[in-house]
Amino acid sequence: MRKVTLILDDGTQFHGESFGYDKPVAGEVVFNTAMMGYPESLTDPSYAGQLMALTYPLVGNYGVPAFSLEENGIPTFMESSRIWAEAIIVSDYSTEFSHWNAKESLADWLKREQVPGITGIDTRELTKVLREHGVMMGKIVFDDEPENIPYANYSGVNFVDKVSCKEIIRYNEGAEKKVVLVDCGVKANILRCLLKRGVEVIRVPWNYDFNELEFDGLFLANGPGDPDTCEDAVVNIRKFLANPVVRPCMGICMGNQLLSKAAGATIYKLKYGHRSHNQPVRMIGTNKCFITSQNHGYAVDDETLSADWEPLFVNMNDNSNEGIRHKVNPWFSAQFHPEAASGPVDTEFLFDDFVKLL
Amino acid sequence: MQKKLTKVLVLGSGALKIGQAGEFDYSGSQALKALREEGISSVLVNPNIATIQTSEGIADKVYFQPITPHFITEIIKKERPDGIMLAWGGQTGLNVGTALYQNGVLAEYGVQVLGTSVEAIMNTEDRDLFVKELNKADLKTPVSEACETMEAAVAAARRIGYPIMIRSAYALGGLGSGVCPTEEKFKEIAESAFTFAPQVLVEESLKGWKEIEFEVIRDANDHCFTVASMENFDPLGIHTGESIVVAPTCSLTKEQVTMLQEIGVKCVRHLNIVGECNIQFAFNAQTNDYRIIEINARLSRSSALASKATGYPLAFVAAKIALGYTLDQIGEMGTPNSAYVAPSIDYMICKIPRWDLTKFAGVSRLIGSSMKSVGEIMSIGRSFEEMIQKGLRMIGQGMHGFVGNDHTKFDNLEEELQNPTDLRIFAIAQALEEGYTPERIEELTKIDVWFLNRMKHIVDLKHELQAFNSLDEISDEKMREVKAAGFSDFQIARFVLKPEGSMEKANLEVRKNRKTRGILPTVRRIETVGGEHPELTNYLYFTYLGQVEPTNADTLTTEEWKKTCLNPQDHSIEWYHNEKSVIVLGSGAYRIGSSVEFDWCSVNAINTARKLGYKSIMINYDPETVSTDYDMCDRLYFDELSLERVLDVIDLEQPKGVIVSVGGQIPNNLAMKLHRQGVPVLGTSPINIDRAENRDKFSAMLDKLGIDQPAWRALTSMDDIKEFIDQVGYPVLVRPSYVLSGAAMNVCYDDEQLERFLNMATEVSKDFPVVVSQFMQDTKEIEFDAVADKGEVVEYAISEHVEYAGVHSGDATMVFPAQNIYFSTVRQIKKIARRIAAELNISGPFNIQFLAKNREVKVIECNLRASRSFPFVSKILKRNFIETATKIMLDAPYARPEKRGFDIDRIGVKASQFSFNRLNNADPVLGVDMSSTGEVGCLGDDMNEAMLNALIATGYRLPTKKNILLSSGGAKAKVQLLEPAQQLVKKGFNIYATGGTAAFLKENGVDCTKVCWPDEEGENNVVDMIAAHTFDLIINIPKNQTKRELTNGYRIRRDAIDHNTPLMTNARLAKAFIEAVCAMDLEDIKIKSWQEYNN
Repeated sequence: MRKVTLILDDGTQFHGESFGYDKPVAGEVVFNTAMMGYPESLTDPSYAGQLMALTYPLVGNYGVPAFSLEENGIPTFMESSRIWAEAIIVSDYSTEFSHWNAKESLADWLKREQVPGITGIDTRELTKVLREHGVMMGKIVFDDEPENIPYANYSGVNFVDKVSCKEIIRYNEGAEKKVVLVDCGVKANILRCLLKRGVEVIRVPWNYDFNELEFDGLFLANGPGDPDTCEDAVVNIRKFLANPVVRPCMGICMGNQLLSKAAGATIYKLKYGHRSHNQPVRMIGTNKCFITSQNHGYAVDDETLSADWEPLFVNMNDNSNEGIRHKVNPWFSAQFHPEAASGPVDTEFLFDDFVKLL
Repeated sequence: MQKKLTKVLVLGSGALKIGQAGEFDYSGSQALKALREEGISSVLVNPNIATIQTSEGIADKVYFQPITPHFITEIIKKERPDGIMLAWGGQTGLNVGTALYQNGVLAEYGVQVLGTSVEAIMNTEDRDLFVKELNKADLKTPVSEACETMEAAVAAARRIGYPIMIRSAYALGGLGSGVCPTEEKFKEIAESAFTFAPQVLVEESLKGWKEIEFEVIRDANDHCFTVASMENFDPLGIHTGESIVVAPTCSLTKEQVTMLQEIGVKCVRHLNIVGECNIQFAFNAQTNDYRIIEINARLSRSSALASKATGYPLAFVAAKIALGYTLDQIGEMGTPNSAYVAPSIDYMICKIPRWDLTKFAGVSRLIGSSMKSVGEIMSIGRSFEEMIQKGLRMIGQGMHGFVGNDHTKFDNLEEELQNPTDLRIFAIAQALEEGYTPERIEELTKIDVWFLNRMKHIVDLKHELQAFNSLDEISDEKMREVKAAGFSDFQIARFVLKPEGSMEKANLEVRKNRKTRGILPTVRRIETVGGEHPELTNYLYFTYLGQVEPTNADTLTTEEWKKTCLNPQDHSIEWYHNEKSVIVLGSGAYRIGSSVEFDWCSVNAINTARKLGYKSIMINYDPETVSTDYDMCDRLYFDELSLERVLDVIDLEQPKGVIVSVGGQIPNNLAMKLHRQGVPVLGTSPINIDRAENRDKFSAMLDKLGIDQPAWRALTSMDDIKEFIDQVGYPVLVRPSYVLSGAAMNVCYDDEQLERFLNMATEVSKDFPVVVSQFMQDTKEIEFDAVADKGEVVEYAISEHVEYAGVHSGDATMVFPAQNIYFSTVRQIKKIARRIAAELNISGPFNIQFLAKNREVKVIECNLRASRSFPFVSKILKRNFIETATKIMLDAPYARPEKRGFDIDRIGVKASQFSFNRLNNADPVLGVDMSSTGEVGCLGDDMNEAMLNALIATGYRLPTKKNILLSSGGAKAKVQLLEPAQQLVKKGFNIYATGGTAAFLKENGVDCTKVCWPDEEGENNVVDMIAAHTFDLIINIPKNQTKRELTNGYRIRRDAIDHNTPLMTNARLAKAFIEAVCAMDLEDIKIKSWQEYNN
């Protein structure tokens, strides 16, 4: 295995070995404290442009399942058709794997998809550094090719455009209720959660003006990067909200941020985002609390919401916004991932609420 | 909060026994802390006097009385609590609580059950209700049908589908059980099963399925989540208490874990559990099929483990939930975080059971569905290799890790792999060394190949190490790699340096070599959320997978670089480096001879040090203990108690010193080694500790001081031994040099026994000569527990054993203050103790064991550390010996007791708890080797009251049917029991006796019914009568002579255990019990709290 060095923007270095595809790479370094679920995380489009470090030390134990598509074109086990993270950073890669459903090792998969993976990194220490300095850009350099320095930007880059579908895709055509889903980088499990509830899903590119379509409800999906680069989507959402025919709307993650922007709020970057399976949130005004799966680096400043809107969920650790709703109309969104995949499924009922409103 | 509570009764779990050990001291202490925080007055019932929870300042009132429906009812009547907590005292607490709910006592006195309701508890405890309830919610449980005929059995088997597990109901020792792949095999086993019992259980076979365990927490508001997911290394079929367990799960995918978590939550909601519970799954990873095997709606061994593994204080949070809080209202202890966060960890842990099977004659080493282990360890690491190697060292059975255990060798490897024993993990090591593939081992063991591959990695590294001949040949990189795979310096020394003589020297050579290269472990904190919220907990562990290289490595000189590496910095930890910090070495895994009492001593040493303004640092690794709890010390190293690791901690913390005298034998054994490395050992000098430990030195010292001791000699040849015995005469006590709780000790009565035993003993310690000593019969044993300051005795307690010498002091029943010894004996004992204390210049705790016969006093041994009875005498006397000892060791002022402080009216009796019912075939007889697993200590205003409290607390019942069986062994025992027998008859008891005893009793005018020996033909066969539960007390005194009597005696004793009839095997104890039984009834025993005994 070739020696590599992970260099953070503040000069901190970590030495490790390459176990994935051998290629220098740069991106925003983020940490994820979930203990399992690497196939889902790697294929989650929200990780586009990021080097994903896992704090749990053992990775690769159960290999990777075969990539297959269901009849409706949605992947069986993964969250999208490819790995979106720029690289994966682990402490102790498990070369031997054991699981009946595994088709190949994590290393083979990374190589096939040409994504670097590095091991032997003290991810606990890396997490500490990121906590103190906040998220940083970083690069993985091969020690035997010190001249080959990769470069990348994260802020201001429109990753949504890179991961969104390019054309309209329809699922479960002909169902009674039709939902337009704005694809900012949708996870397959959001599609599964909607389809399971018997609706037709019209998946449109992130900047497509869906207002011209015929539909019963609007769904704003998750996606990577900075919501401020998605102004086109916000304009379309505002048009939808201004329509005299009121139709339900639900958003997740990036969807929460876009809906908030449409509702007049501003977005700010968290020091080091929420990326784990155990974020506690409270439904405001109730004593209902949920443990949620999260993956976001930006948050809504709910003080800046216009008067018709109010916060719906709050994070119990840092009190940041976790969702909003309109005071009158059936429009709401969540910053966390009710579809999980992976993570706790406490909040899947939000999909039920949405479909009932249609 | 619900209804305002003012007083709550908490039930403890009583004496430690197999299956129910120290974890309930931890959980009960947490519950009491939660009550105190709420300002609710607490009443605790727990006769286990060595626990922390029964110490001052934890509960408001403590009853050292039996946890039985009678006593708890009386305590309720007296205390009138408005709430009761059942789920913190193990199965004992739960059972008694359920009984009081069912008989209406709780309702009658308006006592509310806090936490999970009794109805819900019953749904989880009763097998039929459990299956019915879960079926209602479409949750799967193992399919099982009870059948009474062959036809019905075959039909049931067809319905369920092969392979089938067949079990004979009520059969002991797994007779008539087995897995049947086909109907033919099934019929064969079923036929034999029906010959043992009228009913067989036909069950689906889950052989080879994985066993997965979750700890789930839920509040009254229906918030519910999984705190920890654990995977058993051994497949289903091995009790989870007998299995190595890892957390988090290693071989399941996220979807599988999520699926099981959803099922778990559904199940917990359906059963309406409020608080904490443990749920066990059988899981087939190939098909994603599952069965819910068991739910424990209470705190458990697993919850204690999960709590220590994640840093999440389950017992405390469960107590808060029971008091009406919801999860979002509870702060995670010691942190500002909410308790509503599922821990996400960035390390792994493994739990390994500790067995002591060699201590029980007749017990099979096979492990399976019933629990036999007596303790456990938890090790932490960042790779499987690291934690399993650490863990195998921690269990303290002389193992050096997964490899490097030269003395373990199996002849029939395949059989060892297929039929798990306590040593199977080492059979796996041997198999891997001999070239078995992980796949082949998986076939034989059903252990997931993922684990086996990891273990193969360890073996591969061992082979790489063996190819080196000097440390310098090993590259830095390789050295780091093997350390990261958990290799100790000892292992590296053994494989590379291959020393002939002292391992200690080679071991330290590796350490030195490593340190010069800057290869050092990193210290990590256990944080419930992998590094996201640092600086909030005080749990630490060492790992070699976490080497931080300085960020500016390029610009440093080699010197600077090494300096930085020599102080591996975890940003968040500031080493104390000062005179105001002290390290206390804990007691390691609970085992026979060392358990909760040493945890009590450790915790009290820490508390005292903290009160004196010291930063206290604890090293210990037993997840059941209170000393490893989150708020006991300033800093806890959850790591090995090895020379290597303790030196690592000392290098970093540079404390004022180390206390080695409160954690039992493990730290005591490190004293001299630490001293040789220049570590300041607090208290008595290690040189003097060695003078007491080393038999030759100690004996020479006694001779010099003119103190008498039983004649003994260290001998190496059979001729010498015979010659020595010709002088002193039989019986003799034979043992190897260094001993813990009498391991490999035996009394021999004649040449034949001596020769048979020596063959065994020499195997145990071929490097050491055999020590033969004169064995004194009919002699009293007296314990002297004390604390001294620079050679002057400051505190002391003299207690006597009820049994004569020959019963291990850990098994004996102890009375304090001693009631039946001469005044002159007491004076001699004090005089001798003073002389020994002065000679060894003792500063700190110590214990001397004496023999006393007529007016002669002899010294058997002296330990310069706290003994097992320190908590007992401290609590009876109400003077904390450990507090005084710690103050002395830290040169702090302390209060000397007044002379009359020793003059108390109350009496304490310490009785031993045995777990023979858990150990199939074990002979329940007491000897020089210790076999009790726990103890109680109870009070009374007189000897009889204290004795009854203590014996009832260890499971004896007062004979209400009034039928007592006497089988009283040798002539002396017969004479001893004559008077008690007369008393019994006077009190209206019916006495049954075996042949010789019956004849003797009749000759002496005691009316009795003769019963036949097990091997005699005729009416009144004792075996049938025991099976029919005719007797409510069996007294069988072993004679130790002919084979026939031994076999017959064994049968009676074993049957008594198997039919749950109280058994006594010691004439002196039987006499004391009978005297008490004749003197008072159950109702006469006063309900009196510890606080009420005040003079």
